[in-house]
Amino acid sequence: MSQPEPDTQARRIATEARDRARFEEEALALADQVYRVARRLVGSREEAEDLVQETYARAFRSWKSFTPGTNLRAWLFRILTNLNVDRGRRIQRSPQTQPLEETDYYLANKLASAGGEEALETDEVVERLSQDSIVKALSEIPAQYRDAVVLVDIGDFTYADAAQILDVPIGTVMSRLHRGRRALKQHLAEEAVG
Amino acid sequence: MTKDPCDRCEELLQDYLDRTLTDAEWKEAEGHLSGCDYCSRRYKFEATLRRYVRVSAVERMPPGLMDKLAELRGLDATA
Repeated sequence: MSQPEPDTQARRIATEARDRARFEEEALALADQVYRVARRLVGSREEAEDLVQETYARAFRSWKSFTPGTNLRAWLFRILTNLNVDRGRRIQRSPQTQPLEETDYYLANKLASAGGEEALETDEVVERLSQDSIVKALSEIPAQYRDAVVLVDIGDFTYADAAQILDVPIGTVMSRLHRGRRALKQHLAEEAVG
Repeated sequence: MTKDPCDRCEELLQDYLDRTLTDAEWKEAEGHLSGCDYCSRRYKFEATLRRYVRVSAVERMPPGLMDKLAELRGLDATA
């Protein structure tokens, strides 16, 4: 194949530089959302910062493998969750403290028996749960269930996006999500009602 | 064996709020909820809790991180 004409090549380089700059700009615009979700996947602020930086470093290096027009946020999280699993940095629970499988009404039942049935209809009943207790309860969900809860309930990803990010079937996302939410409520119940 | 209708409704809770029930399950849940304060309150509670968890979990990006990320622009694929 013959060499492209010099001006064609210059144009190609200019186009690529522009595409790259656009990609970087779009990725950086998502940084706040990426950090917010990353922060709940790991145990500390420092780890979240490192993880987000590693994610962006990898994303910027491999920007050509992103297909324009597809979901950039999901693509970034695919990188982020892979890095997180590879580094073994996910908050791990010790096996002996795995939660029992509680039912979905567990927390509501506990709160109703402490404050009355009508209390469940008020916003105050959840507002009594402190922000710290929510954060702590999230961190206590077993890691693989927590990833699903954090991506869907905090990151607002669809089941399909979460499945792609975690590289598991949608059904697996759903069952991890359901179990993770039940575990969350169980931890909140222990925290709130004892 | 038929299940207790409230137990059945509890099973449908998460998918109901996620809007992933089949039409038949949706009708089943709606039918039960319209006549059951016990389950209605728990559904309402779950919806409120989800919103609250989302809001409570938010922690803003630390100052300085954005600049560090911006500095990564232009990283070479071979670096």
